[in-house]
Amino acid sequence: MTNTYLISGAALPDGTRTDIVLRDGVLAELGTGLSAAGAQRIDADGLVALPGLVDLHTHLREPGYEQSETVLTGTQAAAAGGFTAVFAMANTSPVADTAGVVEQELSLGEQAGYATVQPIGAVTVGLAGEQLAELGAMASSRARVRVFSDDGACVWDPVLMRRALEYVKSFDGVIAQHAQEPRLTVGAQMNEGAVSGELGLTGWPAVAEESIIARDVLLAEHVGSSLHICHVSTAGSVDVLRWAKARGIRVTAEVTPHHLLLDEELVRSFDARYKVNPPLRRREDVLALREALADGTIDIVATDHAPHPVENKDCEWDAAANGMVGLESALSVVHASVVQTGQLNWTDVARVLSSEPARIGRITSHGQGLVVGAPGHVTVYDPSASRAFGTADLAGKGVNSPYLGRTLPGRVIATFHSGFATVLDGQLRPADEVAGSAEQRMAARV
Amino acid sequence: MRHLLSTRDLDQESAVRLLDVAEDMADTQQREVKKLPTLRGKTVVNLFFEDSTRTRISFEAASKRLSADVINFSAKGSSVSKGESLKDTAQTLQAMGADAVVIRHPASGAPQTLATSGWIDAGILNAGDGTHEHPTQALLDAFTIRKRVHGIASRGRNLDGLSVTIVGDILHSRVARSNVWLLTTLGATVTLVAPPTLVPVDTRAWPVTISYDLDEALAAGPDVVMMLRIQGERMRDAFFPNSREYSRRWGLDDGRLHRLDPTTIVMHPGPMNRGLEISAAAADSPMSTVREQVTNGVSVRMAALYLLLSGDREN
Repeated sequence: MTNTYLISGAALPDGTRTDIVLRDGVLAELGTGLSAAGAQRIDADGLVALPGLVDLHTHLREPGYEQSETVLTGTQAAAAGGFTAVFAMANTSPVADTAGVVEQELSLGEQAGYATVQPIGAVTVGLAGEQLAELGAMASSRARVRVFSDDGACVWDPVLMRRALEYVKSFDGVIAQHAQEPRLTVGAQMNEGAVSGELGLTGWPAVAEESIIARDVLLAEHVGSSLHICHVSTAGSVDVLRWAKARGIRVTAEVTPHHLLLDEELVRSFDARYKVNPPLRRREDVLALREALADGTIDIVATDHAPHPVENKDCEWDAAANGMVGLESALSVVHASVVQTGQLNWTDVARVLSSEPARIGRITSHGQGLVVGAPGHVTVYDPSASRAFGTADLAGKGVNSPYLGRTLPGRVIATFHSGFATVLDGQLRPADEVAGSAEQRMAARV
Repeated sequence: MRHLLSTRDLDQESAVRLLDVAEDMADTQQREVKKLPTLRGKTVVNLFFEDSTRTRISFEAASKRLSADVINFSAKGSSVSKGESLKDTAQTLQAMGADAVVIRHPASGAPQTLATSGWIDAGILNAGDGTHEHPTQALLDAFTIRKRVHGIASRGRNLDGLSVTIVGDILHSRVARSNVWLLTTLGATVTLVAPPTLVPVDTRAWPVTISYDLDEALAAGPDVVMMLRIQGERMRDAFFPNSREYSRRWGLDDGRLHRLDPTTIVMHPGPMNRGLEISAAAADSPMSTVREQVTNGVSVRMAALYLLLSGDREN
């Protein structure tokens, strides 16, 4: 097993052609005509090298829901999609609301080795929305938690939200809000609008998202803290965010790949793979989200990767679980929805899928870009490829992908995490090899 | 006809054909021996995930009069709480050799899921799904209107030139949705009357006029007034203040009944809340077709089962 890789002839996000040498875990050299003794060579002619992707919103399901996903399988999905770091949402069982659980997740990620697992802590005990979790203990733990979220549930109580925003100021934390007014979305099954009225499915009105975002940007302004909005899905939310940013409020926002590509018309099939929360919205929302990502109103793309067992999707719409797997397809979907439309270039992609999510998540070991001396997190992508996306492209446990059978552009050819390969020739490296590399790297660091 | 899942995807030709077959079925029901041998050897499963005695016995009567074997499968409560999935239930019915499945389900789209899943080969007949569609109810309503208006000359006719006003809880009504698509496909003009809380937020794509004022809608002189059942418990979710106010503003009471032209057809899909959405006088008046609707329901369901199970089963 080599410690050195030479990626030759890759295009950097800005289009510059270069060779890249990864050695001892770091990006050691950039330039043309490089050679490195004993290096494994990756011919990247015609391929794009991106900084390792960072996902601020992943559901790894472990501990508690290992039939859906584990830290190992979830990070394998991440690597297959070109991600080198994932932020693990707190809705596990037990909930990640104590230092013990977040440290366990961190350790599982370190052992698996496919990607850096940065735990997100719950805002409230048990995600119940009643009592603040031990945010300070999680922040001071070995997991160094800075992002807190009750994702899956909205921190609805305005007093609790205000206190959470205030409290995390002491360690530069951020509250990531799942913006969903619960009373307006009781029993909601899909976006409320023309299609829901016709199909007779209970609606999830845009205002249920927008009203919470409006409230929370004002709370963040009032207490001078920072707020992150998860999975923004409506044109109205974009307007509120644009207003808040113009006002100087410290708010950031993410959009999922699926909200950039898919719309509510798909629900007419009653195919539960299209059931997700927040729901797929109107075409005009999709277009507004693309524009917002392009103009910076929305800061990043985050997957909301949500694996479910087959039986939770292979059923009638009402009974189906919300959520889609997204790590493996994210880069291709971003490519299809905003790169091919000319709204984002590869530099922008590196920003919205690597440097900004790392900055918002307050991790410094990722998102530094492809510069000499940076940790060796690199994704090699073939932008000219095109593939009928299928279950063979899924590396996690979940097959609840809305893209199965669709043709998507691009393909991840190689992924390097901390200087070792997790994906080569478009194939995941074996678990024991990756775990071994990760162990060596940990040992070298000590 | 492979399945009957909705009226939205019925074109006028197939709708009229189904109504004409129902006329033939109705004729046979005038005979002393009502039973036909048509579906002998076929198995029809009534798969009911919701209580509905009326619809179930109507389908049961229709199947039996066509000599099909009928199996009643009532799975109360949702499939999840019951512990068996819709998929497993469907595969069980497939293994038993069901030729047609008549399904009533609280989840919108469940019949479509059954029809497109590949779990079962049987023809699927939607007997009401969530708040989505109830196609045989709309077909029997159209049949009843056509019969009242055209009598024995009904065959081959559509509903051109007729105006139908549907009153009540449109938001939660699968009957309203199926009637909107079918009646307009057949050429009728449809007006929906309801409190604004009980109309879907975006109905711009619906081929109807929406009104919040029942008196104004009735003053326009519709040919048909169809009252929908209102659930009193809706007031708990603030859809309207209470049943008395609902009744005053959106009920067909005696005063409104007397202002109607006596040729107006008054319909109700049942079961009725007498004194709430419809007065006893309206329900029992000669203008009312409530009992005819029940009779015609059997003929229309015979026609649907016949078209589903005899002849070619192409898409």
